[in-house]
Amino acid sequence: MPAPSPDGLVSEAPAGRDGQTTGVLALGAIVVAGTRRRGLGIAFWLCVGWIGLVILLAVFAGALPLHSPDATGLGPPRVAPGGRFWLGTDDLGRDMLARLIYGARVSMIVGFSSIAIGLVVGGTLGLIAGYYKGRIGTVIMGVVDVFLAFPALVLALAIVTFLGQSLQNVVIAIGFLSIAPIARIIRSSTIAFSEREFVIAARALGARNFRIVTKEILPNVVPPTLAYALVYVAVAIVAEGGLSFLGLSVKPPTASWGGMINEGKTFLPQAPYISLLPAAVMFITVLAFNFAGDSLRTRLDPRGGAA
Amino acid sequence: MFGRARGAGDLETEVVETEPGTARMATAEASAGPLLVVDDLHVGFPTERGLVRAVDGVSFRLEHGRTLGVVGESGSGKTVLSRGVMGLLPPGAVRTGSVRFEGREIADLAPDALRDVWGAEIAMVFQDPMTSLNPVVRIGRQITEGLRHHLGMGKAEARETAVALLRSVGIPEPERRLEQYPFELSGGMRQRVTIAIAISCGPKLLLADEPTTALDVTVQAQILNLLEDKQRERFMAMVLVTHDLGVVAGRADHVAVMYAGKVVETAPTAELFAEVRMPYTEALLKSIPRTTDPSHTRLAAVGGRPPDLVDLPAGCRFAPRCPYAQPRCVAEEPPLRTDTGSGHAWACWFPVGTPEGDDALARNVRAERPQTLAAQA
Amino acid sequence: MSTLLEVRDLVAEYAAAGGNVVHAVSGVSFEVREGETLGLVGESGCGKSTTGKAVMQMPRPTSGSVVFDGVELTELRGEELRRVRPRLQMIFQDPISSLNPRRRVHDIVGEPLEIWRVGSQPGREAKITEVMEAVGLDPAVTGRRLPHQFSGGQCQRISIARALVLDPTLLICDEPVSALDVSVQAQILNLLEDMKARYRLTMIFIAHDLAVVKNVSDRVAVMYLGKLCEVATPDALYAAPAHHYTAALLASVPVADPSVRPGLVPDALRGEPPSPLDPPSGCRFRTRCPRAEERCAAEEPLLREQSPGHLVACHFPLGPTE
Repeated sequence: MPAPSPDGLVSEAPAGRDGQTTGVLALGAIVVAGTRRRGLGIAFWLCVGWIGLVILLAVFAGALPLHSPDATGLGPPRVAPGGRFWLGTDDLGRDMLARLIYGARVSMIVGFSSIAIGLVVGGTLGLIAGYYKGRIGTVIMGVVDVFLAFPALVLALAIVTFLGQSLQNVVIAIGFLSIAPIARIIRSSTIAFSEREFVIAARALGARNFRIVTKEILPNVVPPTLAYALVYVAVAIVAEGGLSFLGLSVKPPTASWGGMINEGKTFLPQAPYISLLPAAVMFITVLAFNFAGDSLRTRLDPRGGAA
Repeated sequence: MFGRARGAGDLETEVVETEPGTARMATAEASAGPLLVVDDLHVGFPTERGLVRAVDGVSFRLEHGRTLGVVGESGSGKTVLSRGVMGLLPPGAVRTGSVRFEGREIADLAPDALRDVWGAEIAMVFQDPMTSLNPVVRIGRQITEGLRHHLGMGKAEARETAVALLRSVGIPEPERRLEQYPFELSGGMRQRVTIAIAISCGPKLLLADEPTTALDVTVQAQILNLLEDKQRERFMAMVLVTHDLGVVAGRADHVAVMYAGKVVETAPTAELFAEVRMPYTEALLKSIPRTTDPSHTRLAAVGGRPPDLVDLPAGCRFAPRCPYAQPRCVAEEPPLRTDTGSGHAWACWFPVGTPEGDDALARNVRAERPQTLAAQA
Repeated sequence: MSTLLEVRDLVAEYAAAGGNVVHAVSGVSFEVREGETLGLVGESGCGKSTTGKAVMQMPRPTSGSVVFDGVELTELRGEELRRVRPRLQMIFQDPISSLNPRRRVHDIVGEPLEIWRVGSQPGREAKITEVMEAVGLDPAVTGRRLPHQFSGGQCQRISIARALVLDPTLLICDEPVSALDVSVQAQILNLLEDMKARYRLTMIFIAHDLAVVKNVSDRVAVMYLGKLCEVATPDALYAAPAHHYTAALLASVPVADPSVRPGLVPDALRGEPPSPLDPPSGCRFRTRCPRAEERCAAEEPLLREQSPGHLVACHFPLGPTE
């Protein structure tokens, strides 16, 4: 809630939410309502902690004392969690815990890499379109709008079918899809900053365009964009989950959360945990990314003077 | 309409014209007690760094039909004061003190009761007409809303009244304007609409918070004249909050100068300008460029900045920047003392134009204190 | 004193929504002599800020000539124009928005030296220290901080320091004190006078506050709706304005003196200024002028010299004794 600072100016309220993640965030908001502060509260650090944990486990999976995620028949099929297998076994007797952790690898790689592609390509396009405006801007945004009009799932299907199923191709597909929305965000942010007087001042000093874009505009555009990027990572993870649920992501037997949900769906009555555990992990991870991104955005936007 | 010099006897004997819905006899009102009495008002805003004491113990009174000018720079608390009087503070603000309107305490009213006061008894005109008018509601509705709620008018009557109001504030083609949206009007016209809305339900007190700051100077003069006319017509009291001493000079009966949340000097207008006592007021007057000065006149700028409202000094708040400051000023905060003869009150240990003050200034000059260019940090 | 800047028939128009054209500046001519301060005053929408930006070629004016120290700026392109920039600097109205919120003050002030690769590293540091001290800031303390940690007045000092670091010849100040408190305003005005003397600057000072403009200017030009109404020395202009708009403007200024009757706004100055989308024919002020006649609608008055150094664009100007 905004409080006037000593010079009489009232700080801006945080910007509105992205429709996609509203439902997820509503839950998170209820959970952390008690700790609402303008700064990064304990909820933020919990989310960061979870994300960090998932990344660490994914990276060092090989070094951990885990069962092999692909080895079938390690134990009896459909053993409930607890006991020898901490999270139970799936239909083929594979260790759920190991599969979850190796599945995290897929989600994290897809999440971060695809958004990295989006940031680099979309970011460049957005910066150019936003800074130069005019005809260049219109052309670029026209192309971006065309991409936005593509039905995402169909495009992903097409790319994966055409290029073949592999982790790399999933990254390409989702990365490609993220270019347009990121380009739009960066473009509008760039336009807002290009009109600020310090940019005019830089031009008046004789700075060349490249210098203005990299030294004046970029440092202002990057922080709020990174906050948005975290939310987009969440979207990418869900997208990958959807693709692997449909069997279009990495090929089995490689573990992926969506694939695990798919494999477990026929056993929901008798062994629900086979689907629900990966679903829960994905839910918490996505929630963590969303919340962290949202907190960062709230914190960075008003202080950076973007208003 | 030409402006007029303010005379003490102007208001008591005038017969007041009646606008539809309001009737008030000047003479009857003048015999009642003061319209507004503010006593030891404090408004603070809790922040991460501590409590921002925006208004720190302000008291004043205002008679019916009179104008009080509240002058101060940004951070002085003048805007928060007007909002605090009205009760229009953001949630989380801490307010203590008494605000008595026509003898009634309104500082502790429940929101419902307060809403009945707003508009009908006390109205406010804000600085920026672009944000104080609802951009997606037609002008007509914004005016008639209040009329229908507070005065219980029917739709047709309210519309007629709205047209009359717009005409009386100088808006040409008022019927057409009713259907327009705020963005279709210029800044000056929007402010006229804001004034029309404010006076529509016949309030006895108008709080004008920098009503002309966002306007061009020719439009400013028109709006200030309009406010004055409406005030006279309706026998309204007005608190005119501004940073411009020129604005209050010709239009206020009484002036209160604020600094860092406190009233540091208050007096009838002519008295204040003639016999400045508080060094801050003197510094303000000296630092304003005037059209009558020759060009390249060196302005007597007062260096430094106002204090941090969270971390206030123990002594006088102006002491770090004051050319008259002495050790006592830093140690002990001067109280606001009134000279009952002239009605002039000031808060200073070494006031301007007194033997102590002259002495203090001379001492500082001899010691070569950096009076006009205090350290900027 | 030689002429540093000569502006002839400057026109700046830009497209607005719905195919309309905003005639922001419509044929303005003036000159600025070396070492003088020209004050450009007018209300909002008169085109004074647009004039300042057009002189800087940011953006390039629609037509007209801007000759700066013998060089026609409107004909310079790309790199040639860039090379002239260090000599023409600008200060803006919003002090906080003029500074990059993510960069440290030291880097902001030193940026021009980086862009032009002036001197050596120690040389640059010395220059940065010099200008920061000149504007009244402690380089050691303030250099490391970010703009949002400073007040409006201090931010304006930083902007001035940045503008001075390349030793410009001409400084255009676009409403530099309008967003500042009264007491800070006085500090900055004094500072600008000091900097002008120290760095031997020529200034164009754009403002809407008549008293402020008089305080800093050697000559004052009054603009209305894209045209110049009157140009004169401050004393002549303020004591005996020749143009009716100038007179009305002066009469509207609130004076900090209770004995002065406020706001003697003539009836005719009521109403709103016309829109720059569709300015009146002939004299643009005729729709609000108490003295307007048929001739004013038919024929646009040109800027003529009424008395030495006093130019006015009016068919029926006020005489010296009116």
